[in-house]
Amino acid sequence: MIFRYLFILFILLPFNAFALIEVDITRGNLNPLPIAVTSLSMDKDSEKKFKELLKKDDIGLEISNVLKNNLKKTGLFNPLNNDAFLQKSDIAHLKPRFEDWALIKAQALITGKVTFVDDKLRVEFRLWDVLAGKEMMALAFTTVPDNWRRVGHIITDKVYERLTGEKGYFDTRIIYVAEEGPKTKRIKKLAIMDQDGFNTKYLTLGNELVLTPRFNPTNQMVTYLSYFRNLPRVYLLDIETGVQEVVGDFPGMTFAPRFSPDGKKIIMSFAMDGNSDIYTMDLENRVVERITNHPSIDTSPSFSPNGKYICFNSDRSGYQQIYVMKSDGSNVKRISFGKGLYGTPVWSPRGDLIAFTKLHKGKFYIGVMRTDGKGERLLTENFYQEAPSWSPNGRVLIFYRETKTNSKGEGFSAKLWSIDLTGYNERLVDTETDASDPSWSSLLSK
Amino acid sequence: MNLVKIFKNAFLVILASLILSACATKKVGTGQLQGDVYTGSDTVEYLASGVKDRVFFATNESVLTTASRETLRKQAAWLRKNSDINIVLEGHADERGTREYNLALGERRANAAKDYLMTYGISSNRISVISYGKERPVDSGSNPLAWSKNRRSVTVKAN
Repeated sequence: MIFRYLFILFILLPFNAFALIEVDITRGNLNPLPIAVTSLSMDKDSEKKFKELLKKDDIGLEISNVLKNNLKKTGLFNPLNNDAFLQKSDIAHLKPRFEDWALIKAQALITGKVTFVDDKLRVEFRLWDVLAGKEMMALAFTTVPDNWRRVGHIITDKVYERLTGEKGYFDTRIIYVAEEGPKTKRIKKLAIMDQDGFNTKYLTLGNELVLTPRFNPTNQMVTYLSYFRNLPRVYLLDIETGVQEVVGDFPGMTFAPRFSPDGKKIIMSFAMDGNSDIYTMDLENRVVERITNHPSIDTSPSFSPNGKYICFNSDRSGYQQIYVMKSDGSNVKRISFGKGLYGTPVWSPRGDLIAFTKLHKGKFYIGVMRTDGKGERLLTENFYQEAPSWSPNGRVLIFYRETKTNSKGEGFSAKLWSIDLTGYNERLVDTETDASDPSWSSLLSK
Repeated sequence: MNLVKIFKNAFLVILASLILSACATKKVGTGQLQGDVYTGSDTVEYLASGVKDRVFFATNESVLTTASRETLRKQAAWLRKNSDINIVLEGHADERGTREYNLALGERRANAAKDYLMTYGISSNRISVISYGKERPVDSGSNPLAWSKNRRSVTVKAN
């Protein structure tokens, strides 16, 4: 309702210097903004070059489809069917006939042009406010032609930011565990893909069990658990070079790793003699610090974005609950007091919320609470789901969900899902194989 | 104030578990569950004649039941006779828990078995421990009986 009023207000004041169209992302959006995304136009020479280079008949259309797909999946936008467009896209890019776009109920319009310049792909695009009859943004990018999908993602980030006032999350990757085979003998590999499910690459071969990969802040390194030689240990992997190493020299299982927000430390659990505690290791000087010292299970640690606090789960009260402490391990405070068990706390990149998995009466929930434990909100309920990971703007959570098998133990699957912080817009995330343990990167281009 | 709460909760938990176990034993006619601990032998293998290879646990627990202790005493007796054999204790959890917590829980279960074997004279040098969390279920079912078979510590010959 408020959103509508705001919107009308801006239409009445077309020469207002502030954003004309605004998309409110703080609530579930039942009226996604109608947006026309034209195919990016090309001259004949560029078309021919890209056809040779990329084996795509119409790279302008392909890039606009990346953009449309991203916008649609946010649930905030409704990209209109191109068949309805009245004006040709190359002409619209120079000077849109706004009446034509208003007639098909578009409120925003994206136009653009792709050219082949000095062996590179150059894209320019414009975002228009149809009702106000104004250009809202114009930008151009040049990159290697192979990067064309990323161009689509970067444009989405720009459009999203201009219309919502928040940073986007489209030029990002997901690292996850690809799964195949029967439930009793699952084969697991590390996999990495673009946020929209394209460009999947497998980083391990599946010879050993691998779990819980997480990016470092610059997205070049990954820390994860590997059962290499049947010794479950935390590893560090350089994605570019493929070089791997064991983190630390612990006489037992290390697990549940994550990076500190500055990327200099890994925080993880170390299990010894039936007791799991939380440790950090400095990646430069290899100094190991013990953070918790308690006979209960302390695991799933996650730093606050400023590095000052750590949330984790512990069963020191008798059952798995969420705790917060200072990063040196002092001032431990339990924050989850609702009914049921709580696990996998993970601090929002905005710092104000902690996402978690909750088990209550045989159902699993993904939820969020404030960092003092107040304001708990459950976003989604299912037979089994866990391990939320935040989009870099803190607006979307990705997690995995497993299905219940039938009476013969058949029908098992594991898939990635995403849901908005609002609790709306729950979506299956495309993956080539079954998938679990997703971790969202930060924005690749900042 | 807090103590009162703790006692109250503890009382409720005990009460609940009594009711639950009463229900469970009544409901499961197959006699394969006691409380929610598996007592059947579908998945059990043998290290030697009469020496079961595994023990089972209640949900979220690592406490050894009377039957588990009996199994482990037999394992200890067999290990004392076969002093050249080393073992790996593989701890497991069911699928109804978060992955990371279950890794810790599997480790705790395997160590409960290890501690018991050690009190019966088996040197810790002969025992190594590994947790698989919920990664290696024996039964792929999504039901209480399947889960009970998966909450286990399995003793495996290492050489």
